[in-house]
Parts: sequence; structure tokens; C-alpha cells
Amino acid sequence: MVKENKIKTFTTALPKNIFSGFVVSLIALPLGLGLAIASGAPPISGIISAIIGGILVSILGGSNVTITGPGNGLVVVVLSAITVLGSGDMQQGFLYTLAAIVISGVLMVILGFLRMGTLGDYFPSSAIQGMLAAIGIGILAKQFHLMLGNIDAKGSIIELLIQIPQGIMELFSSNSESILYAGGVGVISLLIMIFYSKIRNKFFQLIPAPMWIVVLSVGLFYYFEYFSSSPYPIDSTLLINIPNDIFGNLASPDFGKVWSFDFINVVIALTLISSIESLLSIKAVDKLDPLKRRSNVNKDLKALGFATVVSGFLGGLNVVTVIARSSVNVNNNGSNRSANFFHSVFLILFILLFTSELRKIPLPALAAILVYTGYKLASPENVKKIFKIGKEQLIIFFATLIITISTSLITGIISGIIVTLIIHSIINKSFSMFIRNMLKPNVLMFKENESDNNYYVSIKNYCTFLNYNKLKSKLDQIPEDKDVIVDFSMCDFVDHSVMENMNNYLETFKRKGGNFEIIGLDNHGTDSEHPFALRRLIPFKNILSNQNFTKRQNSLLSISKELDWNFTAKQTEIESLSDFGYFKTRKIKSITNILSNSDKCRIFDIAFSEGELIAKQVIRATMFYIKLDDAIPEFTLDKEGIFEYIYHFTSFEDIDFEEYPDFSKRFYLAGKDENAIRKLFSHKLILFFESNPYYHIESNEKALLIVGKERLASVKETKSLVDFGMRLQKIISK
Amino acid sequence: MQQFENILIGIAFSPSLKPNLYEAVRLANIFDSQLIGIHVGDKTPEKEAQLKLILDNAPTLKNELKILWQKGKPVDVILETSKNQNIDLLILGALQKEKLLSYYVGSIARKLTRNAQCSVLLLIKPSIERLPCKHIVTNGLEDIKTKETIKASFFVSKKLGCKKITIVEEINQSEVDIKINDDRSLRKATIIKERIKQREQFRVKDILSEIDTKGISVNIQSIFGKRGYSIGHYASVVRADLLIMNAPKKFNLWDRIFPHDLEYILSELPTDVLIVK
Repeated sequence: MVKENKIKTFTTALPKNIFSGFVVSLIALPLGLGLAIASGAPPISGIISAIIGGILVSILGGSNVTITGPGNGLVVVVLSAITVLGSGDMQQGFLYTLAAIVISGVLMVILGFLRMGTLGDYFPSSAIQGMLAAIGIGILAKQFHLMLGNIDAKGSIIELLIQIPQGIMELFSSNSESILYAGGVGVISLLIMIFYSKIRNKFFQLIPAPMWIVVLSVGLFYYFEYFSSSPYPIDSTLLINIPNDIFGNLASPDFGKVWSFDFINVVIALTLISSIESLLSIKAVDKLDPLKRRSNVNKDLKALGFATVVSGFLGGLNVVTVIARSSVNVNNNGSNRSANFFHSVFLILFILLFTSELRKIPLPALAAILVYTGYKLASPENVKKIFKIGKEQLIIFFATLIITISTSLITGIISGIIVTLIIHSIINKSFSMFIRNMLKPNVLMFKENESDNNYYVSIKNYCTFLNYNKLKSKLDQIPEDKDVIVDFSMCDFVDHSVMENMNNYLETFKRKGGNFEIIGLDNHGTDSEHPFALRRLIPFKNILSNQNFTKRQNSLLSISKELDWNFTAKQTEIESLSDFGYFKTRKIKSITNILSNSDKCRIFDIAFSEGELIAKQVIRATMFYIKLDDAIPEFTLDKEGIFEYIYHFTSFEDIDFEEYPDFSKRFYLAGKDENAIRKLFSHKLILFFESNPYYHIESNEKALLIVGKERLASVKETKSLVDFGMRLQKIISK
Repeated sequence: MQQFENILIGIAFSPSLKPNLYEAVRLANIFDSQLIGIHVGDKTPEKEAQLKLILDNAPTLKNELKILWQKGKPVDVILETSKNQNIDLLILGALQKEKLLSYYVGSIARKLTRNAQCSVLLLIKPSIERLPCKHIVTNGLEDIKTKETIKASFFVSKKLGCKKITIVEEINQSEVDIKINDDRSLRKATIIKERIKQREQFRVKDILSEIDTKGISVNIQSIFGKRGYSIGHYASVVRADLLIMNAPKKFNLWDRIFPHDLEYILSELPTDVLIVK
């Protein structure tokens, strides 16, 4: 019975997973090609990695909505591996690197069996941030030149960075039409990447930005081919190189250098980076999973390792879990592993059907996608965020960043760990404390007898990245719908990595209906020895104070006076907001500028994020929240269309009313309890919706949420939102 | 029922001699026992005078203090004496870590604890004034000695006028032979844990049924965690006044390298600890 149900849910979820897989493949195609090119490998190797990864990990893996394929982090490692191992001969170097990829896959499988899914927790988070930023800069430095049409730029990362202004000058002074066009395509592509998220047009956003770039640049070729009298200006050396017989010409690994020092170094770097990148991504994607499942990281690690081995033998890059593509998957309602599978299927179709079109993609277009990715990894905003946490985190961040750029990834991350240790020792004026207590147990967890569902966790000595795994292993044993109290009062020192992780647990528990509370840090707060804790406790302190209102806030204040409502700019929380289907895949960051009347109605500005890590976009919008006296059925109402918010309610069908054909045609209405909804939608209510402007409306039984546009509302829009909401409230509560 | 007929205290003429002696005298009176003091070293008039001065101000003993002066290695001498004199309880003072609010057992006391044939009481904060004992934590783990330990706990708490006993069952993580990977395994593990917990509580209740628990509120707490560590941590979390533990099984070199059970407690005493033989 249970099994049958599973098959049923799987088949009903299939169409949207196929669709989501399709959208993801639109991004995976250009990214796969681009990452491979950036790695100095044949373009097709990135696609092989995505195809193998998608098929094998979707079958064998343990996570739910992740997408696998070639990763950003590996670009720097693979590029240096090919250069070093091949000693100048890129072709031969690639074959040696493939051998290293195969072996790193084997190591990943072993890591999975050793249950090293906790590997990522052994690194200080600021050091990991520094390493990611270094990878970003590494990608950006090299790809920027390629984006401007210069394929000959060579040198270390720092040299390449210094050459950037010169590169821009050269583009302007260049006489070659080919380079001018190539650079133009590159710059326009970059602009598309930058402004894509700013334009929230449904039809424009049907196709992801990287695919727009591919479509437009291929379109350019056909324009010159069929419409223009002049020949295609971009030189063939600047076009992507895909062999004619793709699957007949697969490169195979050369194990000739297995025992050399360089080779072993490459294997370690590949294993480390692909494991960490995958683990971080899985952790981040779990936070987005609309069904709130917990991934089996060890199983996933084994699957990724196995896929990497296969990919390596077939001439592909490492298979890792990638955050950007996974976020897109979630945003397009991918709900199980089949989306990953279908993304591979579509990739195969693209490669087979559009080989000649793909050959028309200019390299600068792909480079632009990577420049943007690199920038996102190393964006100044990340630095600002780290600075807010503490100056010492900035030292760790920059130490890791600079050492990684100037030496290698492994040296970089090791230095990051050492710097963190030194800083922790200085803050605590003791080094021996860390060493002495490193292996000792320091966590106690028990279920309190008095109140049934309470778990109590107490931590002794210190809690940093060194021994966080002990705390984690205890916390992971607690079902997330229970109440947990984590007591740090016996703990002398808690570092930033741990506080960040605690914050993650807090969010997970909140999402799954539990309660996660941290106590015992109050004493630390005033203690100068605990800067991390202190800063983490007040995450949003730079919210505008009441004195310093912006223009918009002043207008909102005057509206509140007109309506005789209250207005406050201060950040607050609104209960049960995350119960709305709309917020199932979106994470609420802050709620400010609240207009309220007697607690029933509230209009507020809300900031929430879509996606995770580098794919993260913070969106601010104005919404209207009405608390209802009587419970009403859960429903969502929207304009009829294809790309609407409603897909969070996908398992339900559009409820149509025969007697109101116009309403049924114009609105999409869905919800769990169809009969109750039909009852609620009286003649009056339907008439009301028909004769008023469109809003997205959702009910979570206890309250209504009215969303206008996915951005902050102007003063005028706020007024009409108030008017609409008040009238709706009157009708519904009758 | 366990009775402490002879209590032995080591006299080391350290700064904490006075509070240590006061505690010993009080305990000897509470348990109606013979207190025996032992000093390993020369018998000098100064030492005798110092001792006399302390004892004169201390509460009077029901049975007069017997003082032994012996020479040799402290550990050997004390172990030997405890055998010869049929000692039931050995009282040892713990040392405080500099500046830190944590206590540990010094090397001599540690050797004594490991090798003594009798029960051992480790005092972290001996005081001149009497501090009431309000909460005793005792172990309830599955072991042949546990029954005796629990009985001794009730005996001691009655004598000390303690009204609350918590019996802590430490359950090794390895008993839950399921690895938590995802939601399903987590659910399974939670169910298994609940089952083990029921089983353990049943076992402890079985022991309790033979004991007169009148006037004492008894609490049973299961903890999944490292054996020997969790109970100490728990005792300090609930701010227990006395922790009563089973005596360890015979130690060997292996145990020194990989500390377990008692060693965690000895390296960081959460409170006064009584080890029942």
C-alpha cells in the first residue's frame, strides 16, 4: 500500500520534474561547456561529467533535489593539473588528469564508506569562504581575458588580474574585427548575466540567462549566415570546438604518472575540493527542499565518487553537487531525483541534435557566464558580511584567499586552518586548551523527563570547528520537529563556524516545526572574549532606527496617519508566515516597515531569498497579511498562466466553477480541500475577484497573504493594496 | 546493607588539611564509624601540635581518632593500611586547577582510586562549615555492581538527609546499531532508543522495588552517550552535590591509553564523587 502510494506520488511528480530537468539542462549546457573550457579541458568533458553525474547520482545518490555535474571549484585545480602534469602538452596533461579524476572518484567512494559526510565541518567557515573567493578570483582572472576575445592571456592569477585594465584597452584599440565582435559578444553576455535577475518579467525568465546568451550568440551567427552580406566576423579559433563524432572520440585516462608527487597532489586537491563543494551544496540545498527532507550525505558521496570514476574513464571531469543548478531545480519545482536524471537526458538530446549549432557559440560568451560566476563567488558583499561578523574573520578570510591565489588550494586551506587556530589561541590566551580537549567528549544530550519532547544539549570546554563534529553528531540524532535547548553556559569559547551552524539548525528546526533554542551565551555576550557569539546574536543591527526615516518610510507614516493605523520601521516577526506555500522554497530574512491596525491586518516590507550561496538572490516585496477570526480552507489564487507561484501547490488541480466560466478562465485556484474551497468562494467573493485588480492570494487556514508584485510597493500601490485587502477581509470574514 | 565502619583519611599537612579533617570527622559521626588518620612521613612534635590544634576546634568525634605514622611510598603505604585496618571508605581531597573552576584528581589520589579495595570518596570542596547535600546522582548502568551502588546511594542519602536521587542510565551509542543518515533512519533510531530506554528503566525499577525509597524523590534519566563521561557532565549540569559510581573493573594499560568510564570523571571532577566497592 505504502509502496503503491510512493509510485503514485512519483508518477504525479514526474511531469514537473521533467520540466525542471529541462530548465536545469538549459543552464547546465553552457555552464558545462564553459567550465570545461575554463579548466583547459575539451569542452565536451564538462557535458560528459553532467550527463554521467545526472544519471548515476540520481539512481544511486542519497539527496533529493540536488543537481550534479562539473563544479566551479574544480576549474582552478583541473587547470593547474593539466598544465603541471602535461608539462606544457595540454592534450597529454588532460589524459593524466583524467587518471587523477578516476582515482579521486575512488577516494570519494572510500570517504563515503568512512562516513566522512562530516568532512566539511572540519574546516573553519571563514577559511572555506576565503577558498571559494580565491576560486572565484581564479576563474574571473582567466576568463575575463577570454571574454574580451583574447585567447592568449597567460600567467599566474595575480599577473592575469593586473593585465585586466590593459586587456580592456587593447580591445578598444584592436583593429581585428574578429576580436572586436568577440569582445562585444562577451561584454553583452556579461550584461545579460548581470541584469537578468533585475528584470522580473515572466516571459523573459522562461529561459535562464546562460541559455539566452547561447541562443542570442548562435542567433548572431545565423544572422550573418542568412541575412547579412558580410561573413561571420568571429574567427573560428574563438568558437567552441566540439568533435564531429562525440561519443566515438572519448578521451581515456593515462595512468602513466600515478606515482609522481605532482599527480598525488592533484588527486588530493581534486578529492578535497569536490567533496567539500558537494557537501556544502548538499547542505545548502537541503535548506531549500520544499518537502523538508534530510539528505543522506554519505550515500551521496559514494554515488558522486562512483560517477566521477565513470566520468573520468569516459573523458569527463569530476562529478560534484552544484549549488546554482540545484537552486534552479528547486525554483522550478523539481521535487525528486528524477529531475537530475532528466537534466542528463536533455543534455544528451542537445548534444546529439544541436551539435552544429553548439559549434557556433563564441568562447567569449561562455567566458562571460564564468566571469559572472567567479564574481559571485568572490563578491565584495561576501567580504562585507564576513567583516560584520568580526575583524578576525576577515583576517582568516584574506589569509586563506591570498595564500590560495599565490600558491595552491591545499596550501591555502591548510593555512586558513592554522590562522584560525592561532587567532582562537590569541583570543583565549591559550593554545593548550584546544589541544588538550580536542579528542575528549564535550557534549551531553538527553531527553528531559519533566517535559516530554524536550531535548537538552550541554556543551563543555570549548566548541569550535575542531570538535564541532561531536556536537553535530548529537544534534543530528534529534528529530527536527522536537524542541531543543542548546546550552553553552559551560562552554568557554564558541567560534564563528559553530555559531553559523547553530543558526542553520535553528532554521531547519523552524522549518520542520520544531524549536531550537540557544541559551547560556548571555554571559559571553558582555565578555570581550567572545566576539563571535556577540555578533551572531544581533544579526540585523543595522536596520534603520526610527529617527532616520527614508522618504518612503515617511510616506508610509503619513498613510498610517490617514488610515489611523500604526507604523513602525523596526524589524519584527510575523508568526506562521512561513506556513504559506509561497515561502516553502523561499527563506524570510527580515520584515520591516510595518503598517498595522489592531494586529489583524499588517502591510510590511519583506526581504526573502531564493536559491542558495552563489545562486542566492534577495528579493524585497511588500505584502499584506490578514489574520482571520475563523479558519478557512487552505488555497492559492492566481492569474491563470504558466509560470506562476502556484506551482507550490502542484499536486492539486485547478478548481473551476461551471457557473462562473469567466472567473475559471482568468484565475487559477487550487487547494487541498476542494469542497471547502468551493463553499468559501461564494457568488459575492467571485464577483469581487472578477471586478478587482489581480493579486496573488494565499490562505494558510489562519491567515491570508496578499502579494502584489515581487518587489517593494510604491506608496500608491500600498494604498490600493490596503483598500483591496480591507474589502476582501470584509467579504471573507462574513 | 553497606556500612562504613572504618574510614581512612590521608593526612598530608597541606593547606586543605583543616577542611579535609573537618569533613572526615563529620562523616565519621554521620556514619557512626571509626576514623583513622594516616600520615606517610616522620612523626615530629610540630606536626603533632598542628594536628591537635585542628582537632581541638573540630566537632567532637563519637569514636576517638586513631592516627598512624608510617614511612614508605604514600600509595603503597595507604593501600596496605586500608587492607590491614579493614577500611571501608577512603577519603581523598581533589586539587583545583589554577584559575579555572575545575577540579582534578592528583596522581597519588588517582593511583589510590584505581587500586583501592574499599570505597573511595573524592572531595572537591571540603569545607569547615557543613554544606547540606541536596541532590545525589548515581549510575544505573547495566552492571553487576550497580545494584549495590544504588543501595549504597539510598543508604548514604538517608544518612546525609538528601531528599533527591537521580539514577542515570548511560546507554552506549553502539547499542543503537543504526546509523542516522536521513529521515527514515532517524525515525528508526528514535524508536529503537525509546525501546532501549523503556527496557533500561524497567531494569532500574526492578532494582528499586527491593529498596525502601520512602521520603526520597527518585528520578530516572536515560542518556545516550559515552559511558562515564555523560554522567559526570550530567551531574554538573544538574548541579548535584554528590555523584555515586560503581567501582571500575580492573584497570590495565589499555584503559590508560584510551580513557573510559571513571577516567573522564577523574580528570574533571564535576562534584564530590563516591566510588562504591
